[in-house]
Amino acid sequence: MSANIAEMEKRREAARMGGGQKRIDAQHAKGKLTARERLDVLLDEGSFEELDTYVVHDCTDFGMEDQQIMGDGVVTGSGTINGRLVYVFSQDFTVFGGSLSKRHAEKICKVMDTAMKVGAPVIGLNDSGGARIQEGVASLGGYAEVFQRNVLASGVIPQISVIMGPCAGGAVYSPAMTDFIFMVKDSSYMFVTGPEVVKTVTNEVVTQEELGGAVTHTTKTSVADDAFENDIETLMATRRFFDFLPLSNREPVPEMPSNDPWDRREDSLDTLIPDNANQPYDMHEVISKTLDDGDFFEIQPKHAGNIICGFGRVEGRTVGVVANQPMVLAGVLDINSSKKAARFVRFCDAFDIPIVTFVDVPGFLPGTSQELGGIIKHGAKLLFAYAEATVPKITVITRKAYGGAYDVMASKHLRGDLNYAWPTAEIAVMGAKGAVEIIFRQDRDDPEKIAEKTKEYEDRFANPFVAASRGYIDEVIYPHSTRRRIALGLRKLRGKELSNPWKKHDNIPL
Amino acid sequence: MFSKILIANRGEIACRVIQTCKRMGIATVAVYSDADARAPFVKMADEAVHIGAAPAAESYLLADKIIEACKQTGAEAVHPGYGFLSERASFVEALDKEGIVFIGPPAKAIAAMGDKIESKKLAKEAGVNTVPGSKDAIDTTEEALKISNEIGYPVMMKASAGGGGKGMRLAWNDKDVEEGFEATKREGLNSFGDDRVFIEKFIEDPRHIEIQILADRQGNTLYLNERECSIQRRHQKVVEEAPSPFVTPEMRKAMGEQAVALSQAVGYFSAGTVELIVSGADKTGESFYFLEMNTRLQVEHPVTEAITGVDLVEWMIRVAAGEELPFKQDDIGIDGWSIETRVYAEDPYRNFLPSIGRLVRYEPPVPGWTGASGPAGRRGHEMGGGGIRVDDGVFEGGEVSIFYDPMIAKLITWGPTRDAAADLQVEALDAFRVEGPGHNIDFLSAIMQHPRFRSGELTTGFIAEEYPEGFQGAAVDEPRLKLVAALIAGAQCSVMAHEGQISGRLDGAPKVPSDWVVKIDGRTFEVVLGEGGATVDGEWITGTTDWQPGMVLAAANGNGENLAIQLRRETSAIWALTTRGRTHKGLAVPARLAPLLDHMIEKEPPDLSKMLICPMPGLLVKLHVAEGDEVQPGQPLATVEAMKMENILRAEKEGTISSINAAEGDSLAVDEVILELE
Repeated sequence: MSANIAEMEKRREAARMGGGQKRIDAQHAKGKLTARERLDVLLDEGSFEELDTYVVHDCTDFGMEDQQIMGDGVVTGSGTINGRLVYVFSQDFTVFGGSLSKRHAEKICKVMDTAMKVGAPVIGLNDSGGARIQEGVASLGGYAEVFQRNVLASGVIPQISVIMGPCAGGAVYSPAMTDFIFMVKDSSYMFVTGPEVVKTVTNEVVTQEELGGAVTHTTKTSVADDAFENDIETLMATRRFFDFLPLSNREPVPEMPSNDPWDRREDSLDTLIPDNANQPYDMHEVISKTLDDGDFFEIQPKHAGNIICGFGRVEGRTVGVVANQPMVLAGVLDINSSKKAARFVRFCDAFDIPIVTFVDVPGFLPGTSQELGGIIKHGAKLLFAYAEATVPKITVITRKAYGGAYDVMASKHLRGDLNYAWPTAEIAVMGAKGAVEIIFRQDRDDPEKIAEKTKEYEDRFANPFVAASRGYIDEVIYPHSTRRRIALGLRKLRGKELSNPWKKHDNIPL
Repeated sequence: MFSKILIANRGEIACRVIQTCKRMGIATVAVYSDADARAPFVKMADEAVHIGAAPAAESYLLADKIIEACKQTGAEAVHPGYGFLSERASFVEALDKEGIVFIGPPAKAIAAMGDKIESKKLAKEAGVNTVPGSKDAIDTTEEALKISNEIGYPVMMKASAGGGGKGMRLAWNDKDVEEGFEATKREGLNSFGDDRVFIEKFIEDPRHIEIQILADRQGNTLYLNERECSIQRRHQKVVEEAPSPFVTPEMRKAMGEQAVALSQAVGYFSAGTVELIVSGADKTGESFYFLEMNTRLQVEHPVTEAITGVDLVEWMIRVAAGEELPFKQDDIGIDGWSIETRVYAEDPYRNFLPSIGRLVRYEPPVPGWTGASGPAGRRGHEMGGGGIRVDDGVFEGGEVSIFYDPMIAKLITWGPTRDAAADLQVEALDAFRVEGPGHNIDFLSAIMQHPRFRSGELTTGFIAEEYPEGFQGAAVDEPRLKLVAALIAGAQCSVMAHEGQISGRLDGAPKVPSDWVVKIDGRTFEVVLGEGGATVDGEWITGTTDWQPGMVLAAANGNGENLAIQLRRETSAIWALTTRGRTHKGLAVPARLAPLLDHMIEKEPPDLSKMLICPMPGLLVKLHVAEGDEVQPGQPLATVEAMKMENILRAEKEGTISSINAAEGDSLAVDEVILELE
């Protein structure tokens, strides 16, 4: 018995050392933490419970039978973040470069299966050179086993991927299918084929950072949702982010006590909308003055800035916020902003997170690049996402709601539960000038008449009352009462029951 | 007394005048431009008349419109405030014609003092010191020597067209004149094609000191002591105080009497200010010289009100109504010390770039004119009140407009001593919350704490001399830095405790550690939080704060001092704590993670001199260069339009454009890299 205890201690110690001191030092020298250190930062002190510590690979080719390292390159288990359960895996770059073997994959799968059973999120910390080439197809199979579970878990438990080192080749597709991806600036990258292969095949010369660094993925590709300075800041952000998410689609949104009065009045919002309809203003101000303590976790802040998506709380409970941003491209809907918001709305709907939408949208972006890029299909994604969502939906139109974009932005017609408008709202098919130029085409060359008709059109439609008279707007509200209205609305909508017809699944225009 | 007064001004000074009118039971009329339709002074006045478009030339400078507004509302008198029409003799004459009283001096006095040459002549005749110098151009070195000796060294030899350091030579003695005179002539000829040279007394350690005059129509003219306004930046006053630390009772009397003599010589009544330049090098205090007379209420009048207890606006109104001053020169005393700082919408961390825009948050340390409370407790109208006064004309959610002066507010403190008034400034500035536009609050606090400011050794070169490399935040000592570390650890700790209250936990709230490691500006502090204080790097600091998650402005104490702090969560990990004129950015992690913190690589901040960074959110309207272009310092690189204003961004040093990262028409965020140089 005592011999076994000694053996257990020995093996645990071996597991803790991973790939050995030299490799740990090398990892540190790059500013990167080890797999276990990362879990120390991510999880509550002492909460990590490791599983499969003694797992080793079963490969016997290319001399691998002589190289057995306890844990096989991934540390798995469970722990808590601010007391709430989470399942984790953390790839260990010091062990075979974090490469994925069959057993390595099995460990990840076991964690995911357990998380699915109990209804708790999975956070994966990725730092892996790729497939364990010595194992060949067994490694590929391992990836696919993980992929299959990512898909089954999607919409059941939140899945977060944190990219903390290389993530290349087939390995990218597991994070790609999770709900959110965070990256570490300068020390992580993701691509399907690396710079060397790219050069061989297409003759393009490109750096790792340009091809798949944090900047690339948070600005251009939108593969990643945000990036942070270093391992510690990334993991601290992940902790904060985790607090917004429900544990699963069976659990309600978490509640964080707040001292912020639910009926806090913000008089300054009454003067937010500039007198000049073409002058922008920062929609972030509405968001932060509406949410508890102004606390807002923005998703993809550097991509498609014309729409803002993120999480906050009202009366302590998580809400998803979607808002047009007049500061960027006048808040227009385009391909990127539609895709960004559509995915966010679907996440909220899947996990019963109420959606608050702030609208100031002049329409869809015209132009060949948009039309040829498929704005029809991509714009439809956001329309589809809002229309199918059954969670409480509260919409506040602050200024423009023009054309088809009005319909898209959680309008009454898409089963909006509470559709409010500020007195500055204008709900119309298009701006007055454009409308008049079409209706009174014959008077195009008569500037006086055009001006007169424009004024007429403005007086008729540049207000929320026409829409309100039809019941498309439930109430015209003071900007200063926005938080109170939303808080009350969310309270009253807690009991909302609505379901879509039975189907195997819908067919969103992908 | 008037029953209704129109205020031909805007912003804080309009609010200020309205407040005194209210106290005197006089009805008020505001006039406003398009840009001010929502402004507080419009709401504060009993009536308001719209007079035109946003640019001052189309509204506040239109005398006809203002006279029309008077007629329309039945206003009997006009207070002009400062700026705009306040020093236009023609405006006063036009009002006279209509039988409307101008609350200010007579047109004749305004006209006389408005002319630079004329006013100097008048001053000289009235026996006021003027800067000694040659009347005519000087031809020979001999003549130059003679005149220099008459004036007394040091002297400045100035080419007629010279300026900006060119064609100017300082002489401390005969030898300097002998060696330099001909050279100055040549420089003038070569640079400006004009070899005439004048000689003038060189004022060493120049200070800007001014005398407040108050006179009635009955011929009583008093001086209400001096104000010192030496702290200036590009001729814009930043800090003013009364009295001046340089002025002795004898000097005050001499300056005051000369100012009174000048006022009487031009038949002055109402409030006015005689500006003097004073040589700080001459400790006798005899070297003061006339600069100009401002025939209006000054921006910095509150400091005089604070030390004399005289409401200058009230007496301008009473004098205009024909009342006689009830006090004599001997009744004017000096009670304590008062300092005014001007809170501007400009960013000292970015070379004082104007930073106008929307006031997302605006909370002055005490309510200003725009606040809820009345005038109670403001020294100046109500002696014996609190020591802090805020003169403002803005509100949270309002706009600091590009059309007018970018001043947000004036912060005036009073204390029994100069140090007390300065200490109160520091405290009040800490508690002054402005978000949205950049502001100079940190910079003002830094000046208030600066040892040289405290010593009273001021000159008009103070800012240029003390901040030659620009402003990076006020100096901070070790004990304060440790306190900041403790406060940041405490904040992270309370946030952790708060987050532990979340629903859906497996068990009770996770325990919150008391041992922390805090990193601020590359330095690491070990903090152990305790009851009523903390141990930082082994040293106990007694201190507490009422900060809680969700707050920004809070009270803190430590090391025996009370401070207001502004503590914000900048990112998920980084805290920004502002106090005492400096913003500290720090990160706190539980001590168990300290060894891990050591592995994080301090990233080299990018070499900003090799990049053109967008200083404000705006639209890139023009790129003046293309990739591969060679540029010289000062050459325009890009034009960014923000808030309808075009800002030309220039090259700081020589280089070649290596890449351009933005295109014309792009919306740029602050700090976005527009282009890179090599």
